[in-house]
Amino acid sequence: MEHEDIIKELGKEKLIGFYTKMVKIRSFEERIRFLFLEGKMPGTIHQYIGMEANAVGVCSALQKDDVIASTHRPHGHAIARGLSFNEIMAELYGRTTGCCRGKGGSMHLGNLEKGMLTAIAIVGGNLPIVVGMSLAFKLMKQNRVAVSFFGDGASNEGSFHESLNMAAVLNTPSVFVCENNQYGASTSIKKVMKIENIADRARSYGIEGVIADGMDVIDVYIHAKDAIEKARKGGGPTLLELKTFRFCGHSRRDPGSYIPKEEKESWQRKDPINNFKKLLLNEGLAGEDELDDINNLIEKELDESIIFAQESPEPAPEDTLKDLYATMEVPE
Amino acid sequence: MREITYLEAIREALQQKMREDDSVYLIGEDIAEYGGAFGVTVGMLEEFGKERIRNTPISEEVIIGVAAGSAMTGMRPVAEIMFSDFITIAMDDIANQAAKIRYMFGGKARVPIVIRTAGGGGTGAAGQHSQSLEALLAHIPGLKVVMPSCPYDAKGLLLASINDDNPVVFIEHKLLYKNKKYIQHVPGEMYEIPLGKGDIKRKGKDLTIVATSFMVQKSLDAAEDLKKEYNMDCEVVDLRTLRPLDIDLILKSVNKTGKLACVEEAPVFGGFMGEVASQVTEKGFDMLDAPIIRIAGRNCPVPYSLVLENEMIPGVERIKSSIKKMAGLSQGKE
Ligand SMILES: Cc1ncc(C[n+]2csc(CCOP(=O)(O)OP(=O)(O)O)c2C)c(N)n1
Ligand SMILES: [Mg+2]
Repeated sequence: MEHEDIIKELGKEKLIGFYTKMVKIRSFEERIRFLFLEGKMPGTIHQYIGMEANAVGVCSALQKDDVIASTHRPHGHAIARGLSFNEIMAELYGRTTGCCRGKGGSMHLGNLEKGMLTAIAIVGGNLPIVVGMSLAFKLMKQNRVAVSFFGDGASNEGSFHESLNMAAVLNTPSVFVCENNQYGASTSIKKVMKIENIADRARSYGIEGVIADGMDVIDVYIHAKDAIEKARKGGGPTLLELKTFRFCGHSRRDPGSYIPKEEKESWQRKDPINNFKKLLLNEGLAGEDELDDINNLIEKELDESIIFAQESPEPAPEDTLKDLYATMEVPE
Repeated sequence: MREITYLEAIREALQQKMREDDSVYLIGEDIAEYGGAFGVTVGMLEEFGKERIRNTPISEEVIIGVAAGSAMTGMRPVAEIMFSDFITIAMDDIANQAAKIRYMFGGKARVPIVIRTAGGGGTGAAGQHSQSLEALLAHIPGLKVVMPSCPYDAKGLLLASINDDNPVVFIEHKLLYKNKKYIQHVPGEMYEIPLGKGDIKRKGKDLTIVATSFMVQKSLDAAEDLKKEYNMDCEVVDLRTLRPLDIDLILKSVNKTGKLACVEEAPVFGGFMGEVASQVTEKGFDMLDAPIIRIAGRNCPVPYSLVLENEMIPGVERIKSSIKKMAGLSQGKE
């Protein structure tokens, strides 16, 4: 299908939804960057600025009871999957109202009730887990799909290769989404990989490898939807590579000075939000005012979430040992 | 006299050794242009070039395997595992290969590798970036495990580790790297501190504290307070190497004081200090006039919230209150 037809088919509501989610992620990241610099939150953060189309495109193609697994860079995935600003913000503040009750923090966001495993900050760590989650769906004859998000760097870990092969032979309903943002920490992917496309690695395991433009939410959505629906119908796993870029350093302390200026600028011209906004305006799907209203609402929601987090209780020292082992009560 | 940080001491040991010995090379993630996640190898690429400051893909298992393989065929690699938590991924190459190769082949091979890694918490980095896994490593016969607590020791122990013909895991503490509070005079020339020798960091007669890494510094602070507040004189023994263990030094101190408090950051259950405590009971039961206590991490992963993390990891206050209670000075809550 051509882009134009797809825009028609998706319709205004869905497209505005894409825009809203992407802006939510961007605004969230911009806001917490300052909160971090002010020392409001412990630890470190890995931000998602520039990569918004990936999480939003993929998560928009999921059904409610599908599950995603994320990485050390999970804010965008969490927001796209529908976790609230409140539960994320409170987690970053280390409060009991956070999605992990203050025990996980930035690198471990998640909420299984909303279809997101607590993020795994070990590079490549979530792929085996995703194979297992999707195997369970298959064994239980549930029509559900599990999605792993991971980076270019992670595709050099043994767990990536073993998981793809295992998923292939078990024919699990898994989708492996590789967000190739060109760098693993400070290391350009060109220096640690002799091939151009990570998607090519799929062939070694007898599964399909697909490439999509990670700066274009519609392209991501279309390809993700294909892979997800294929998995749901018993067609097995797909490796979906999204070509993308982060406009920020690897983590809070990293200014990203190893990225050549021209490279950064050429990607910034593909800003997934700016370009999508232009498309909405050009196609007459939204007016400036309407989009401004969306932005303003998001800012307001962010203000509220900061107040919510700040006013939420800190855990008590007695909570330190809580939740280590399962009790006899089996949750649903 | 020049004073340098723990991080600078480590870097200096690496630089000086590499100038002297062409078989020494570094291998790890983001160690070249970037200088490592904590900045330890900053500037070394410029001096030694990318063959010897070897950036790798994110592949911990293979980093250690490559180090071990190249060690057997003539090199002396120093591998960096960014956070000690990621050592678990390389555990096959550490536990099943590097540690055992020499023994299994009847002593006909040697594996002179050093695995440098940053351990410990207190940084708000939660459960997968804060662990103290030294007990897992010290448990494995064939490995040596080193945990320096200060710049002077870091340099001398690292040089001894590189010169050692066995696999050595060298665990650095993140909170020591750049901390100006702990800067120290470190000799400009190369020197070795032998592996297997502990050190008395503070002399005392009333009670022995045995500690490792950052906990040595916290114990020293606690000891100063106890002296001021209760005129109690604690002797602080820094293990420096967990394996081999300098049990004689500990026994000598306990013989003098009659009391032993062991301090470590890792969860207490199955922690390394359990080994110290049982050896002291086996070899020095008669010297003890009170049960040995362990002041250690709570039995849970390191939590994110600072309130919880401060509760999980022993701080100066907990060390003090536990020791006060042991010495009968108070009804401390520990
Ligand atoms: C097993 C493991 N090795 C190293 C790290 C340290 N580390 C955290 S993120 C990162 C880079 C990951 O790169 P990539 O997979 O491309 O993801 P990105 O950060 O680009 O999103 C590294 C090396 C880690 N967390 N886990
Ligand atoms: Mg990357």
